[in-house]
Amino acid sequence: MVPVDYYIILSAILFSIGALGVLIRRNPLIIFMSIELMLNAANLAFVAFSRMYDSFAGQIFVFFVIAVAAAEVAVGLALIVEIFKTKKNINIDEMNSLKG
Amino acid sequence: MNSELIVFLVLSLVAVGAGVGMIFSRNAVYSALFLVLNFITVAVFYLLLGAPFIAMSQITVYAGAIMVLFLFVIMLLGAESLAPSGELPWQKPLAYILAGILVVESLYLVFLQARPDMVVTAPGVAVNSMESLREMAMTLFNQFLLPFEVTSILLLVAMVGAIVLTKREKAGQK
Repeated sequence: MVPVDYYIILSAILFSIGALGVLIRRNPLIIFMSIELMLNAANLAFVAFSRMYDSFAGQIFVFFVIAVAAAEVAVGLALIVEIFKTKKNINIDEMNSLKG
Repeated sequence: MNSELIVFLVLSLVAVGAGVGMIFSRNAVYSALFLVLNFITVAVFYLLLGAPFIAMSQITVYAGAIMVLFLFVIMLLGAESLAPSGELPWQKPLAYILAGILVVESLYLVFLQARPDMVVTAPGVAVNSMESLREMAMTLFNQFLLPFEVTSILLLVAMVGAIVLTKREKAGQK
């Protein structure tokens, strides 16, 4: 017997940790991981609400979010690898030009 | 204090601790491993919420595939730890303040609309069996068939995109 509010509070806290990670870290890989953490927090809220309203729609949204996250990671990591090949450095503060 | 609440509280401590550990680790490999721990605790929350299929997808897709990709790229680039750059020194305190505001704001919203009467109980073995999976599949393939097909196109596009981005162009050959 756990109140649904507890799950929502946990989800809010995890989302905020992810947002803090995006703001304070300079390593694009860790920024990516923080984005995954935020997606995960949103998924937790989705499943909690799905259980609360006894509907499967929330779980199916989570399924789609997981698929989108997988696609995002594949393309994002390919971009990071490519930037590393050109600049020999992946510090996010130095990515301030659109030239290759 | 029932046993389910105890499980929830312990696991939420682990999840929050793993999240904090992830963003504060100096070494990106440790960050990735903390994130795996976080994903696994969230998968247990999904089991408590009666979503066994989502829990298993979480473990195979997130903790399995995505994190292996992350670890592979971290080790490929040798990006375990980057030297901190001295630029923008005001950025960190501001980031802490903004994150604190975000926490307070979202908790305020939750407390404003708190529904303490709405409780969820972990389903028994019977509910966790194939029956709920069958119902979920019926919803997915009837009500959400088009989004499902679009997802497959999205994954195909991501795959082609990743290959095109990392393909090395030979000099003088377009």
